[in-house]
Amino acid sequence: MTPPVEELTGVTPVDSVNPGIDELIANSARNRQNPPPSDQTMIINMGPQHPSTHGVLRLVIEVDGETIVGMAPDIGYLHTGIEKTCEAKFYQQVVPMTDRIDYLCPMTNNLAYCLAVEKLLGLEIPERAIYLRVLFNELTRIQSHLVWLGTHAMDIGALTVFLYCFREREDLLRIFEAVAGQRMMTSYVRVGGLSVEPPRDIYDRIRTFLKNFPAHVEEYEGLLQTNPIWVNRLKGVGHLSAADAIALGVTGPPLRASGVDFDVRRDMPYSGYEKFQFNVPVSDVGDVWARYIVRMQEFRESVKICLQALDGLPEGHIVADAPKIILPNREQMKTQMESLIHHFKIVTEGFGVPAGEATSSVEAPHGMMNYYVVSDGTAKPYRVHMRNPGFATLQALETMCKGRLLADVVAVIGSIDIVLGEIDR
Amino acid sequence: MYDPASAIKGKQAVFDAHPDNAAVKALANLATDAKFDRAELTITVAGENIIAAAKAVQQAGYNFFEDVTAVDWYPSDPRFQISYSILSHKLKQRVRLVVRLDGDAPSLDSITSVWPSANFYEREVFDLFGVHFSGHPNLRRIMMPEDWKGHPLRKDYPVEGYR
Repeated sequence: MTPPVEELTGVTPVDSVNPGIDELIANSARNRQNPPPSDQTMIINMGPQHPSTHGVLRLVIEVDGETIVGMAPDIGYLHTGIEKTCEAKFYQQVVPMTDRIDYLCPMTNNLAYCLAVEKLLGLEIPERAIYLRVLFNELTRIQSHLVWLGTHAMDIGALTVFLYCFREREDLLRIFEAVAGQRMMTSYVRVGGLSVEPPRDIYDRIRTFLKNFPAHVEEYEGLLQTNPIWVNRLKGVGHLSAADAIALGVTGPPLRASGVDFDVRRDMPYSGYEKFQFNVPVSDVGDVWARYIVRMQEFRESVKICLQALDGLPEGHIVADAPKIILPNREQMKTQMESLIHHFKIVTEGFGVPAGEATSSVEAPHGMMNYYVVSDGTAKPYRVHMRNPGFATLQALETMCKGRLLADVVAVIGSIDIVLGEIDR
Repeated sequence: MYDPASAIKGKQAVFDAHPDNAAVKALANLATDAKFDRAELTITVAGENIIAAAKAVQQAGYNFFEDVTAVDWYPSDPRFQISYSILSHKLKQRVRLVVRLDGDAPSLDSITSVWPSANFYEREVFDLFGVHFSGHPNLRRIMMPEDWKGHPLRKDYPVEGYR
């Protein structure tokens, strides 16, 4: 039984967390002086290129037979210096950079960044933009979870689910394309609102998708949960206790699957989430199966939130009333001198943001995502730091895999749903 | 809407306005400065007190270490600002602990003994800013190659690198 969250602190019972690669190799039994024959272990490099790692991740694994006795993740192969690049851009030019952090949830990244800048600016966002942001964020969550489910199932060997998931994901990408003009790198959320008003017929298409989607979730569950291979490779594998999860900085579905009932959307609402009714799925088992169940429930909760956002969608503007920050639309720019001047100034000089620092925190599909933006009063951010969920979750990989078989690593990596782009940044 | 009047600055003002806040209570003796700006609580502590401050806020209920990062205020002195972001699952609040370090040989105690999740984040700050964390179990570069020269996120490091 999991103790209540209040009693859990950061002190972990794990004796040594994440040794370095050199230490792992140097201390491995094979390299010790005269190890007994029964104590022979072997170092295996999994990656940097491996079909199950969903990016460029190298895992140095020490195995005794097939049992894992040590592991050291090695990251940094994708490092693009995106935080450094942000410092050389205007505030509005950073939005397309945030798309590239995590190709599965660009809208969530856009939103997190814009919330931090809006906090610095003190902007008030119109209701319609808030509802649309929530709607598209939840659709992004469904899209991201679909890729997780598809690739996780494919890693285990269930190819049909992968094809089905990508079929539904395609519907969502077409909706994003109609709304933002882009399938993946949407850049749809802007500082102060949204980039364009969605086309009129999009709401019917979203409703049709949401109407059909729960049946698809049941279809996936029917395919997977009656499959003994799937069940046996997930149940009891990759166990992570609640205390370990908190100590190692795990967030999002893996944290909730370990029994910690915390969701940023419900507990520290942002962007109007306090107006929506939804449940936060929690399981206290903490294995790969629990993470699977939690995410499958999140599918249904996201559908609920999307329907509420569609039903409650108010009329009005999609951008805040701040002409010096928000680009005027094309029509205004061509007919009004003031708008033309604002357009020219914003594009060439950007807009100044009051000095200070702000953190925004959102519940991304993979976990809690924070943007820490520091302004020195100029038109370029002085510092943008992204706290992405995968970076910390990767620290828990060793704890989850120790004592399990090498083949279980594939199942565990699938269950924590990492995207290396957000980890290396 | 952001109200500048709500931005309470200065240690005494913050501590008078939020006497019941758990972090304010816990850090009453350690804080050198504090501000409450845009509904975010930022408390500055001295570098040598960081472990004591971490333990104090942890006991006050801030159980979840989110991240640590740095800001390089080059060329002002003290140059580096190390920002720790710590969350409480129970209180549903976060506090930002700030340490200012000078630029010559920035060094700080590692708080991995308090929160093991600081491991990767401290390595990242070490790699990209060159801040040394003493007592860290495995302080090596994490993003850049081992033989990389310089620390890319410092302000005196050019955006396009050295040619």
